Amino acid sequence: MSMKASNRQVDGITIVDLSGRITLGEGSVVLRDTIRDLVSKGNIKILLNLGDVTYIDSSGIGELVSAFTTVRNQNGELKLLKLTKKVHDLLQITKLYTVFDIKDDEAVAIQSFAK
Amino acid sequence: MRAGIVNQRVTNRVSYSLDSTLESVNTAEQKAFEVAAKAGFGEDEQHHIGMAVREAAVNAVLHGNAYDPKKKFLVAYETTAKSLVITITDQGSGLDLNTVPDPLAPDNLMKQTGRGIFLIRSFMDEVRIRNTDPGTEITLIKHVGGNAANAKEETQ
Repeated sequence: MSMKASNRQVDGITIVDLSGRITLGEGSVVLRDTIRDLVSKGNIKILLNLGDVTYIDSSGIGELVSAFTTVRNQNGELKLLKLTKKVHDLLQITKLYTVFDIKDDEAVAIQSFAK
Repeated sequence: MRAGIVNQRVTNRVSYSLDSTLESVNTAEQKAFEVAAKAGFGEDEQHHIGMAVREAAVNAVLHGNAYDPKKKFLVAYETTAKSLVITITDQGSGLDLNTVPDPLAPDNLMKQTGRGIFLIRSFMDEVRIRNTDPGTEITLIKHVGGNAANAKEETQ
């Protein structure tokens, strides 16, 4: 299953709903292009909803790191929402769990962005 | 004769020669899931084995064979009563482990790449890497029912 990404705006926050696999090739490219497009349009408060992401490989992890860095370099914020157990474990193993701001509840996540 | 037959290790082995493409990476990974499930590994272990194979296959295709259409990579799955042994061999210029940085080091934590070998080692019980000149062979081993006891027996 390839990855799909769709965007919606809630209270000035861009929520990106991702589904499928973020792996080397199509999935990573979709995520990269989505983030670049949002940032180029000035959308730098981004919540990545990973609730329907079934699989991430090392390339996908790298893409998440790159997205985080890209947004932060524009003085923006990128947070993660609803990690599956597999993705949660992967971020723990790679010591990235504490790097990202990770939320379980969308409303709480939206409120946590700087106004 | 019968004693000899009893002492034989029951082994199932299947191997594939694959093109240096991302489609082949998916094939190698999918086959790993199937072999791991058939060998009786649980869902989490199947995921770990599949992911380790994916990372090793990506290394073979991307870093080893560099997508060269003239080069293949070989994946062999061997199941015994004690272990699943997967060997992936490419035709590249070889892997120098000394050049693989620690992805957990503070300076490397936010780098985009360099986590493949680390994840492979995290997910498998044993990992062996050797240069085959030309090429690299990586052997991934997952023991049935945990690693310690079986790993010890394997080395006796």
